[in-house]
Amino acid sequence: MTDYLDGNAAAGPLSEFFAIDVTTARGRCLHCGRTDALATAQLYPNSHGLLLRCPGCTEILLRLVDTGDTVCLDLHGLSFVELHRD
Amino acid sequence: MRTGWRVAEVIGVSQETRTARTLRLRLPGLTGHRAGQHVDVRLTAPDGYTAVRSYSVASALPGDELELTVEELDEGEVSPYLVHGVSVGDQLEVRGPVGGWFVWDPADPSPVQLIAGGSGVVPLMAMIRAHAAADPASPGATAEFRLLYSVRSPDAAYYGAELDELAGSDLLTVTYVYTREAPAGSPVPPGRLDARALSIAVLPVSANPAFFICGATAFVETVADWLVQAGYPADRIKTERYGGMGSTP
Amino acid sequence: MGIVSPGFFGRRRQGDPALPPGQYLTESFPVLSAGPTPRIAPEEWEFTITTETGQVHRWSWDEFLALKQDDVTQDIHCVTSWSKLGTSWRGVSLDTLFESVESDCEFTMAHSYGGYTTNVPLDDLLGGKAWIAHEFDGEALEPAHGGPARLLVPHLYFWKSAKWVRGLELLRQDEPGFWESNGYHMYGDPWREERYW
Repeated sequence: MTDYLDGNAAAGPLSEFFAIDVTTARGRCLHCGRTDALATAQLYPNSHGLLLRCPGCTEILLRLVDTGDTVCLDLHGLSFVELHRD
Repeated sequence: MRTGWRVAEVIGVSQETRTARTLRLRLPGLTGHRAGQHVDVRLTAPDGYTAVRSYSVASALPGDELELTVEELDEGEVSPYLVHGVSVGDQLEVRGPVGGWFVWDPADPSPVQLIAGGSGVVPLMAMIRAHAAADPASPGATAEFRLLYSVRSPDAAYYGAELDELAGSDLLTVTYVYTREAPAGSPVPPGRLDARALSIAVLPVSANPAFFICGATAFVETVADWLVQAGYPADRIKTERYGGMGSTP
Repeated sequence: MGIVSPGFFGRRRQGDPALPPGQYLTESFPVLSAGPTPRIAPEEWEFTITTETGQVHRWSWDEFLALKQDDVTQDIHCVTSWSKLGTSWRGVSLDTLFESVESDCEFTMAHSYGGYTTNVPLDDLLGGKAWIAHEFDGEALEPAHGGPARLLVPHLYFWKSAKWVRGLELLRQDEPGFWESNGYHMYGDPWREERYW
């Protein structure tokens, strides 16, 4: 069994960056093209940073490192993010 | 809601089971929350060391209060403090409630099948409470709700009396699966949930239910796989595996 | 600092002089996991050192095991604040692996199965300071801990000790690896608390 959680659980740390809840946004994986809500991504919590991986190909969608003084966000695994207004 | 770390006050504590406690918090400025959301809690030691964990919100309250139910984990770092160390009047740093995905929306008329493994019942209880408290005019207020609750033993189950009471109405059906110890006189021996018992307990494919599954990773993955194999569409199944946020700040 | 929770101490920091600042002692061996654990069969495994001229030095699993093996006992320090003292490893010294390698470079990038990378200066790999380790505590190194083999550079924070290592690339200039490109320190000395940029 795997040791990841759902992307849902990244909502708190990501709220430091985004004014909206970005876990409900659909993101396209740069590697395999799969497009789904970031909440459905695989979250590896026991790491050096917060990491979301594509549930299709397991490549990295997003990395977030909180150094205390700064929060570093790397989005290079996402080619596209789509948000629906409710 | 735009978030960040805010200070919440503990305004009530109650023992849920031998190993779990419900904390009632007041979070100034909060104007309600959505059923299924979670909060991050940050504890700071006197020397500045911090630890952050996520906890599901159990309540469905309209104002600036919310409840968390915290299970004490063996070897836990934060949960033992929240279960034993916190008293009414204490302050905690909280981020959230956050999470707009694993939530029940009263505007959705779909029947709802909730599946809980152990303390994974917490966010599902928030949905049950939101459903019970929903404006009768909202499309979801009359939606059929079912809870399948896999739990070690009767004394490990959360919210027993309240679930009994709500299940007495025709809005909610609750099915327990006792994995280690069944109640006295139970016709069903204790044992793990299997695909057959699952298919009997849950709403049929024809009802096109919205699924919310919460529990330990192995439980959630197994149940979700069974449902997909049984013909339920994967995009109707929302999951929340639980675990700590690890050791990063 | 946020609201202090009286009575909350978390995982206790300790005054042991073997502990770098900000570290706590653990008896367990926590697994940090940034992705699926690669499973590499020994017959597929190889280790390479690639120089600036493109020359590749290559060892199969059997060739690697035939090299001189060192048994070492080292303290390890993870940037997430746990330290583990007196850990026992068996592996091949990087001095042994670099014996036949000609290079003028001062920097290296470690590459792992699964795509992980981390940068380490060459001086920190030589002089009896680093190994390619394949046993922990007398047992074959488990995949969760980086087996079949991991880099072991115990004098730097443990993220530099790349799990599932498959090669070293010699670099003329220092470049950031996987975590170094997103906030983590280029060098990572635990005694100077070089955790982040």
